[in-house]
Amino acid sequence: MSSALSIRNLRKVYSGGFEALKGIDLEVEQGQFLALLGPNGAGKSTTIGIISGLVNKSSGSIAVFGRDIDRDFSGAKREIGVVPQEFNFNQFERVADIVATQAGMYGLPRKLATQRTETYLHRLGLWDKRNERSRFLSGGMKRRLMIARALVHEPRLLILDEPTAGVDIELRRSMWSFLRQLNAEGTTIILTTHYLEEAESLCRQIAIIDGGEIVVNTETKTLLQRMNTETFILDIDEPCEAAPAADGYAVRKIDSTTLEVDVVKDQGLNQLFSQLMTQGIQVISMRNKANRLEELFVSLIEGNGATTAEP
Amino acid sequence: MKAFEQWVAFQTIFQREVRRYTRIWLQTLVPPMITTGLYFVIFGNLIGQRIGPMDGFAYMEFIVPGLIMMAVITNSYSNVVSSFYNTKFQRCIEEMLVSPMPNYVILLGYVLGGVSRGLAVGALVTGLAILFMDLHIHNLWITGLVISMTAVLFSLGGFVNAVFANSFDDISIIPTFVLTPLTYLGGVFYSIQMLPDAWQWVSKANPILYMVNAFRYGFLGTSDIPVGASLVLIAVFSAGLFAYCMYLLNRGVGIRT
Repeated sequence: MSSALSIRNLRKVYSGGFEALKGIDLEVEQGQFLALLGPNGAGKSTTIGIISGLVNKSSGSIAVFGRDIDRDFSGAKREIGVVPQEFNFNQFERVADIVATQAGMYGLPRKLATQRTETYLHRLGLWDKRNERSRFLSGGMKRRLMIARALVHEPRLLILDEPTAGVDIELRRSMWSFLRQLNAEGTTIILTTHYLEEAESLCRQIAIIDGGEIVVNTETKTLLQRMNTETFILDIDEPCEAAPAADGYAVRKIDSTTLEVDVVKDQGLNQLFSQLMTQGIQVISMRNKANRLEELFVSLIEGNGATTAEP
Repeated sequence: MKAFEQWVAFQTIFQREVRRYTRIWLQTLVPPMITTGLYFVIFGNLIGQRIGPMDGFAYMEFIVPGLIMMAVITNSYSNVVSSFYNTKFQRCIEEMLVSPMPNYVILLGYVLGGVSRGLAVGALVTGLAILFMDLHIHNLWITGLVISMTAVLFSLGGFVNAVFANSFDDISIIPTFVLTPLTYLGGVFYSIQMLPDAWQWVSKANPILYMVNAFRYGFLGTSDIPVGASLVLIAVFSAGLFAYCMYLLNRGVGIRT
């Protein structure tokens, strides 16, 4: 089975001399759900731009489902759907026209284009808005419109560049559900996001790009296993004067009813609860101090120390 | 992309262009009718009656072909330049760039969009002219051929302008400072036979003179320039501009990073 996406030694040097990509390699299997993470200016959007034909590469090779973009870019493009970060549809056109026009650009005959437009506007909850001018849609609807447009030619690889940026929680959850369903139906998905909870929740593989280089590319669970220490916040029932002592755990007092504790990997929490119980302290609730992936991401990026600004 | 799919993609772009200018018909189709109508009334009727015949024709008859041509040139150019620049400005050009459409399909779609608006305006203005005079066409084929080829040429010119434009100012500079003066000096309102020899030679460096005269020949059967030379000139300029547009698109000038 060929890869959905195969990137080899991809370099991009902008005309000002800025090297946005320093020879990255990336392999995405068919059916994968990959998060491409990285700080601003790391090279995520440049990578997506090159794959989709919006940015010219300096060197290297890209194959989409085995089709090399230097030899058969037209064939490769047919396999890709792109949902960009910024709204990039005509603000004066009607919703249905935007989707149907994109279908036509992929060569879909009018009848099929109309059917697909209806299907994807229904799936994205925009059918009622089909005759609206796109500029009158809410921000969330505009994002869904871009997803419908990207899917109308039924690509096998869907690339989403920060699809939930600025979207409210309810809509974000419904988008997650839709993307999971799409992935379950066989569509390979690549997602860039700054919401690491999103990456952890949705993606089975994570690649982290920083300073134009891929610094991590592994399964999400493997990545999370790398964490040595997690910090938890504990809410306790009775106020305490000082942080209680717990053998083997670093416990700090945040306020009279809130504690913070570092738990080393494989150490477990049972021992901690037992020791607190013996001191008469009941834990009412507990949560991670920060998203686990976020902690790991920050440590990896700080360790790499290569963050640069894109021109 | 298979030939049929390319045909569908071409139709898609062309239809979107037609949808665009018919949606805003008050900005695209009506103003040239008003402007040209005023020319007919003021220059053709009021002043024209005092000017007397030109090349053996009533002044109104003489200027009508040039005024129709002027409207076609302006509208085919401005349709493509404003539409394609808008797709860059709103970033919806990315819809085309991510699709598998070959570049020539994109170019032909826009050019035919510009040609269709140019010809639509030309037809409306011609209809208006009929209200002022009895319109006779000397050679329908020459008339149709010249007007269509000219619309293609200026649509291509508008495309080049849009590719290089970085602001809305950039899309009005060429029409204002180049096209309008060349059109007014291109024999729309006078025969170059009226000019001293030196100025006749200067006028012959103006390509629009050839188009206006060839078109006038189609209507009146008279021209300051051989019609064949005009047709060859338009064809050569069009072929050159088409090749240049393809070069710009293939290189991604002004549209890809």
